[in-house]
Amino acid sequence: MAVEEYKDKLPLKIQEELNEIIPKNTAKSKLNMINEQVYKEYMKMKVEPGEGVGLVAAESIGEPGTQMTLNTFHFAGVAEMNVTVGLPRIIEILDGSKAISTPMMEIYLKSPYSKGKNIKELATNIKETTLKEAAKEISVNISNSTIEITLNMEKLKILNLNVAKLAKQLNESTKGFHVKAADDSISFKPRSKNTELNEIFKLKEKLKDVYISGIKRIKQVLPVKRGDEFVIITAGTNLHEILSLDFVDTTRTTCNDIYEIVEVLGIEAARQTIINEVSKVIDAQGLNVDIRHIMLVSDLMCHNGNIKGITRYGVISEKSSILAKASFETPIKHIINASLVGEEDKLNSVIENVMLNQPVPIGTGLPSLVSRKVPE
Amino acid sequence: MTEVYLNSKFIGTVEDSTAFVESMLSERRKSKFSNSLNIFSDKENDMLFIEASKGRLRRPVLVVKEGKSLLTEKHKAQITKKEISWGDLIDQGIIEYLDAAEEENAYIAFREGDITPETTHLEISPMIIFGLCTSLVPFSNHTPPTRVNMGSKNQKQALGFYAANFLLRMDMDVSILETPQAPIVESIMHKISNYDKHPSGQNLVVAIMSYKGYNMEDAIIINRGSVERGIGRSTYFRPAVAEELRYSGGLIDEICVPDKDVKGYRSEKDYRLLEEDGIIYPEAKIKEDDVIIGKTSPPRFLSSLDEYSLASNLRRESSSTIKHGEKGVVDFVLITENEEGNKLIQVRLRDQRIPEIGDKFTSRHGQKGVVGLIVDHADMPFSASGITPDLIFSPHGIPSRMTISHLIELIGAKVGALSGRFIDGTTFDSEPEKALRDELLRMGFRENGTETLYNGETGEMFETRIYIGNMYYLKLRHMVANKIHSRGRGPIQLLTRQPTEGRALEGGLRLGEMEKDTFVAHGASMLLKERFDSDRTVVPICETCGLLAVYDEFKKRSFCPMCGENTEVSNIEIAYAFKLLLDEIKSFGIYPQLKLKNKY
Repeated sequence: MAVEEYKDKLPLKIQEELNEIIPKNTAKSKLNMINEQVYKEYMKMKVEPGEGVGLVAAESIGEPGTQMTLNTFHFAGVAEMNVTVGLPRIIEILDGSKAISTPMMEIYLKSPYSKGKNIKELATNIKETTLKEAAKEISVNISNSTIEITLNMEKLKILNLNVAKLAKQLNESTKGFHVKAADDSISFKPRSKNTELNEIFKLKEKLKDVYISGIKRIKQVLPVKRGDEFVIITAGTNLHEILSLDFVDTTRTTCNDIYEIVEVLGIEAARQTIINEVSKVIDAQGLNVDIRHIMLVSDLMCHNGNIKGITRYGVISEKSSILAKASFETPIKHIINASLVGEEDKLNSVIENVMLNQPVPIGTGLPSLVSRKVPE
Repeated sequence: MTEVYLNSKFIGTVEDSTAFVESMLSERRKSKFSNSLNIFSDKENDMLFIEASKGRLRRPVLVVKEGKSLLTEKHKAQITKKEISWGDLIDQGIIEYLDAAEEENAYIAFREGDITPETTHLEISPMIIFGLCTSLVPFSNHTPPTRVNMGSKNQKQALGFYAANFLLRMDMDVSILETPQAPIVESIMHKISNYDKHPSGQNLVVAIMSYKGYNMEDAIIINRGSVERGIGRSTYFRPAVAEELRYSGGLIDEICVPDKDVKGYRSEKDYRLLEEDGIIYPEAKIKEDDVIIGKTSPPRFLSSLDEYSLASNLRRESSSTIKHGEKGVVDFVLITENEEGNKLIQVRLRDQRIPEIGDKFTSRHGQKGVVGLIVDHADMPFSASGITPDLIFSPHGIPSRMTISHLIELIGAKVGALSGRFIDGTTFDSEPEKALRDELLRMGFRENGTETLYNGETGEMFETRIYIGNMYYLKLRHMVANKIHSRGRGPIQLLTRQPTEGRALEGGLRLGEMEKDTFVAHGASMLLKERFDSDRTVVPICETCGLLAVYDEFKKRSFCPMCGENTEVSNIEIAYAFKLLLDEIKSFGIYPQLKLKNKY
């Protein structure tokens, strides 16, 4: 049990832990002593002024990174789905790349569905379906220059579509054709008489990829069992539309595209996503990196409300020192740009001082004497 | 119709290619025509290739007829009695050479027992698939090929008795092992190559155990007693050369004790070992900076030879000295002439190398290691019969590398040492392991090669029995004495004023960028500054313009080339590399102004 006196001094997590561990009927004096000791230990664990936390974080993530390089690009256990893991993924996250190589979502479901109700159906309905998936055959009738599409009726049934509905949809997404619906087929006939056959073939290729149902950009779905509930994992992301579905548990559903998270859920969620994604990769490799290092990097990437990668266009460009920027990448560019506006380097940080061989303002180099003038 | 090509040129066709090839072969085996002719029948494309051209790679195999090798016991007896030779076997068609193409038509059995009715040829020995060095690895059929390969490569680096006339040679950078031995476990290749005439290792008593952790990570421990008795001693030779070169204008180098007025004269002490002719005497003990051959050269540029100075003090010093960090004894001095008729002096230096911590040793199975500790004989573990190992090898080197041949050699050599004979360890044809173990048992040892050992320091018995036996160990040419280097101060580079790099230039080891990071991470700010002080400079800065000022040593005052003398000039301490950076920035037209501020 935490004592009143320490309620504000100790973090919640530690208080909870104390509540759990210490027996209920402990004497007040003993409790006080325990709390005091815990507080002392807690204060000892705090980072001291002048500690080079950024550099320690960089090295703590960078060093295990050297061990990862060799075992990358293997499949992350989930059947049939290829996932970028290892160093390439870490680079992707920390660089803040806009187009990640394997966008994925984990969709958690609300109560009746999470137990597995209609799980297959839900999954197929989420998936972006194109015409070629719903068609048995797409062929060109050369004699009367039409495109005949024989439909897979079973598939249509699962997708909650009928031929007429589909024909209407297709009519909207194509121009210059008569769309005619039959029992289990749809035919396209050009309006103008002298349409070239070439164009018809082109249209046929286009038709194959016409969107007919599901949620856009969700390329692949895979329902899996996590513990005792079902989760749908998808390749391709569309957080906005998925979260608006009524059977989705919006509190736990996530995706691994940080920019999409920022757009839909905001910067705090993105910060957490960066932490989660980086730790996921590191854990999968069997490496051990303290989460606080990752948190620091994540904070740095998100602190002004936008995501900035650890690149010369992102975080590095915000450095105040020209020499520090120049020592990262493209030094001449940075020096020339600085000279154009007459920038001044105050030599306040580490790298500049190493370059000039001055004491670095970190650790023992940080404190200096301040004296007060005695009034005469 | 089969097309026939002779040396890749079309010459005609034959009706029945099979019969044609057969008759060709039988005629060749009867030596009706040259045995360097090969014939290849390409059934798929219906073509026949007869090759008699130069430069084909060919190899000998035994001919098999009707499921039987043509080489019979009778031949073998004749060979042993030296009645017939290799050439006779070829003439009789018992051995023939196949080239790469004809091999395609052959069906070669690996061993005599593998012969089937389809077999056309038999390997002379299964071991023939290996080259010379690889054949020298005993029992190598019990070890992964990667390790056999390493073992064979290691042997090429072994020190030994490389040439009997080594005393007359002026080889660069060579060593001679002082007491080499022929291996107890040998293969047939040792006999073929007369290995006992030029051996390169020694038979040591090896125990596979740990010893206070000093043989972790492939290190080995050796017995000081054994070292003192001569194990692994080698002599290292290195020549020093000087030549009296001739230059244009009739100028010439002169080998002599340099005059004191020569440009670049060293101290008198450095020349003390030279005799009147300017050459060192044999058996002189030399160490760092000593001159071996004194020499003076004419001035580098003739233009500098002006009328004011005397010609003699313009000559410069160009003696040969011993390299930094080396020592030795002058072994041999040779005064001769080279092709151009210039006087040529060659001096060979000798240095005895006694094994020390850091020297590299290996067995023949790719199990190389560096000496981690030299233990007094008294402290080495000993067996009931009083045997102490010469070398202790770590058991952790075995499981992941799977060098079983290493283990078998140990037993084999133990048997050989006890029974006083050589053990045949030829790959695929060795004495069976079982027989070796039985023999060991008969001689009163445990058949698995283990013995009870006692702690050399306390005398206590080790609870575990230790695998101990003999092995052939090689000393490799990588010795610490040739590699060790460190520096506290020393020469710097001209441009950057940073310390030189590399052992030859008296350099140390670089404290790089990532090493720097560890200093920062520890907050050891002042230590970091001190480490990077190697190119520290104090430069005067003009406070008006913020650029480098000049200090005039004669007038004892500073001025700024831009602002003149009426300006405040302050000295600051920076890295010389940073001064260079400022210069470079200036060179592309940017004005890097330094604004000075008092630190306190």
